[in-house]
Amino acid sequence: MEKLFNQLSETLLNNLNTGEHLKITIGGENSQFVRFSRSKVRQSGLVDDASLSIVLIKDERTCSGSFTLTGNISTDEATAMEELNRLRTEVGTLPKDPFVVMPEDTGSSREEHNGSLLNEEEAVSALSPAMQGVDLAGIWASGRIFTGNANSAGQKHWFATDTFSLDYSLITPDERMVKGTFAGSHWDQSEYENNMAKSIAKLRMMEKPGKKIKPGAYRTYIAPAGVADIVGMFSWGGVGEASIQQGDSSLCKMRQNGIKMSPCFTLSEDFTSGIVPRFNSNGELAPEKLDLILAGSLKNTLVSTRTAKEYGVQSNFAGEGESLRSPVLSPGDLNEDEVVQKIDTGIYLSNLHYLNWSDRPGGRITGMTRYACFWVENGEVVAPIENMRFDDSIYNFFGDNLEAVTDKAHLHPAVETYDGREMGGVSCPGILLKSFELTL
Amino acid sequence: MSKLNLHDALSAIDVQADWVGLREVKESTTYRIIRDGNPQANSRGVDHGVMVEVLADGQFGYYGCNNLDHDSIQNAAEKALRQAKASAKNPLFEFTTEARPVTKGSFQSPFQQSVNELSAGRLNEIMLKAYNQLKVNDQIVSAHAMAMIIETESNFVSSNGSDIQQNFLMIQSDYSAMAHKDDIYQRRTDNHCLQIGMEEFDEDLVLARAQRVGEQALELLDAEDCPTETTNLVLASDQMMLQIHESVGHALEVDRILGDERNYAGWSFVREADFGKLQYGSKIMNITFDPTVANQFACYGYDDGGLKAERDFIIKDGLLVKGLGGKESQLRSGVPGVANFRASSWNRAPIDRMANLNLEPGESTFDEIIAAVDHGVYMETNRSWSIDDYRNKFQFGCEYGKLIENGKLTKTIKNPNYRAISNPFWNSLKMLGNQDTFEVYGTPYCGKGEPNQAIRVGHASPVCLFENVEVFGGV
Repeated sequence: MEKLFNQLSETLLNNLNTGEHLKITIGGENSQFVRFSRSKVRQSGLVDDASLSIVLIKDERTCSGSFTLTGNISTDEATAMEELNRLRTEVGTLPKDPFVVMPEDTGSSREEHNGSLLNEEEAVSALSPAMQGVDLAGIWASGRIFTGNANSAGQKHWFATDTFSLDYSLITPDERMVKGTFAGSHWDQSEYENNMAKSIAKLRMMEKPGKKIKPGAYRTYIAPAGVADIVGMFSWGGVGEASIQQGDSSLCKMRQNGIKMSPCFTLSEDFTSGIVPRFNSNGELAPEKLDLILAGSLKNTLVSTRTAKEYGVQSNFAGEGESLRSPVLSPGDLNEDEVVQKIDTGIYLSNLHYLNWSDRPGGRITGMTRYACFWVENGEVVAPIENMRFDDSIYNFFGDNLEAVTDKAHLHPAVETYDGREMGGVSCPGILLKSFELTL
Repeated sequence: MSKLNLHDALSAIDVQADWVGLREVKESTTYRIIRDGNPQANSRGVDHGVMVEVLADGQFGYYGCNNLDHDSIQNAAEKALRQAKASAKNPLFEFTTEARPVTKGSFQSPFQQSVNELSAGRLNEIMLKAYNQLKVNDQIVSAHAMAMIIETESNFVSSNGSDIQQNFLMIQSDYSAMAHKDDIYQRRTDNHCLQIGMEEFDEDLVLARAQRVGEQALELLDAEDCPTETTNLVLASDQMMLQIHESVGHALEVDRILGDERNYAGWSFVREADFGKLQYGSKIMNITFDPTVANQFACYGYDDGGLKAERDFIIKDGLLVKGLGGKESQLRSGVPGVANFRASSWNRAPIDRMANLNLEPGESTFDEIIAAVDHGVYMETNRSWSIDDYRNKFQFGCEYGKLIENGKLTKTIKNPNYRAISNPFWNSLKMLGNQDTFEVYGTPYCGKGEPNQAIRVGHASPVCLFENVEVFGGV
């Protein structure tokens, strides 16, 4: 695909007229998906998908088009030129865009992470035995993901990676569940079998009689997987500069009123792990590490170059949507192995579900507890709890109610696949809260 | 659609399978957005490919293929066959060709004005005028007007003789204004998702909608917060859309009830044995699966398994009678279902989805419903949604509310929210609005499935009155 991308870029750029500027992006995947239900195969298949997107800029006007690539150079060249000509016809009819981002050459890059993946015809045979004897629902996704960028200023980037993930739930006969994910780039059968065995052992803990708790405020530990879901909310009306400027961010209070979170809370955008590309759709390279909330204070937001032009601030080369691409929540000093003792009496939440802002300006999030969640009494796990709804503000649980952060960060790989398989994930520790509001 | 002759491509496939199907989809999505007086997007994306499905040894294997030449499709069929055979080593269910009925037919979205009758430049002009209408004064700190135009061609042929052509024209129009004063931010929106033509962007209609949005955003700045109490709740049709979607639609997807979705969106409080027995809601609750409502967003003639789509009752007089299950789920569960086996595009295999799922209107006028309430809250337009993995405990928030006092709408209220549990909530449905209150909405972003699929759904509803609901305001 890299060769095709280079050829198409060359063709398009060689055919530009005077005064025309172009930005070109490719993205795609070669993937296998196997869906499991009741530890058996529900659906299985393969997907080859790739698309090329071109942005034409002329006389301060801009428009864009994208199309599916076939992999056949002559077919794709013809479609690319047809699309360029369509954009040429359209661009002159549009209003001027005062914030258009012109292509620049700030350096090129190339990264390719070759993995060692299961053969697509062997996946079912390799995965199935370890999940027998339990009820498993989940999705196997494996293959290559790639993205690239080129522009008429001469810049070029390419990033490709081979990855796999088995994202799964184990379910007891009385419908209690444990969540697991096994992901990586080099398949190791014994590591997979160990991962599954550990999850099955956790499931046994769910077989204890359950406890129903009432709505109210509880001393609470949220494990890293649950914290990762909350961190994800910062991408949606959170740390994006445009959302703050437009009054649509939960962090407006921090910017405008100087409200602070707990000194234990430090969130950064950190690309040092190298699992996602640093370049955005403009081909701009984000800084390797950018502190967003440092020890509870808002230090930076994610600023795209377009937002920078519109609001007169400095770009830090965020993506167009100014969402987190490689978030890292810093660990603290609570020994992860002592969490249950430190809860003393309260609840342990392994996962959360279906989060949404219930009052975005107020920073209030609602959602559900899910999977392995327990009542803890006198420093010991007593019983699984029924799932509860929570409704509480980040200014509470990342503020005064944040008692401690665990000393180990865990990477929670992105497993969503709406517009293709996602890269990267969220790195975060667990959090111990003095109080957390359960409502239903 | 393309130079590919799907019949020739099917004939050219040489694999030892019990059944082969080809579903070619070409979809063009165009965005025209004006935000804060300037163009934010003028983009068009064209997505085109073919889904090759093969049935062998009781299993369907698939290959979503972006190269449409015969050699590539043959290669895809061979690999799909090997996927099917690999699945047969650990299968969930043994399928036969009964899962893919033989159907021939076509469907075309209704529209008055074609896409070509409204130029890119003119649509930008209309969106800019809408923005100017949204920005009533400087307290509107951000606003946008958006047009999304989706043109889809979907062709399906199969080795057992199905031959279906469907052409869709779908429009989303969205107007939004954010108002700000002191520490208060309030957003108001107006969103339509319809199968309709460019008549959706009639300038007078657009400007009237934008004007109302801007004015109501400002109105909310001076409104009191929604009270915290358990009271009567009247929901407008544009909130009922979300209410039906989350607490009826997803709960009744049969593949979900069978457990396929447990690792992602979750399970359901409804079980296979509940069909024909569960009193889902009060006696006035009638839910239909209806792909025939004019201009509704998810109208179609046939699902992606080839089953003909027809209007049917899912809940009748409050009793659950049918599931949202396509042919595969019907075979697996024995639960009666509908033609809702749908894929988001050529690169995904079909699963059970909502389509148009509607609450049928009753007899009461809007004024009669309000007059029947001594004390309560009226809410419009969803802004926050969350529900548990069994589709029980939900919490929804709205943009705009009014107090109801002594049978009249009185003060405007901001940050109206409510929470409840699905089955008792629907059984507390007290009054239904009549046809005059029945409005048609939809969304392009119903998420489900592994791998994930975002699909378009439509929901229509009258205004509804529910009793004894917990309502509350903002922080």
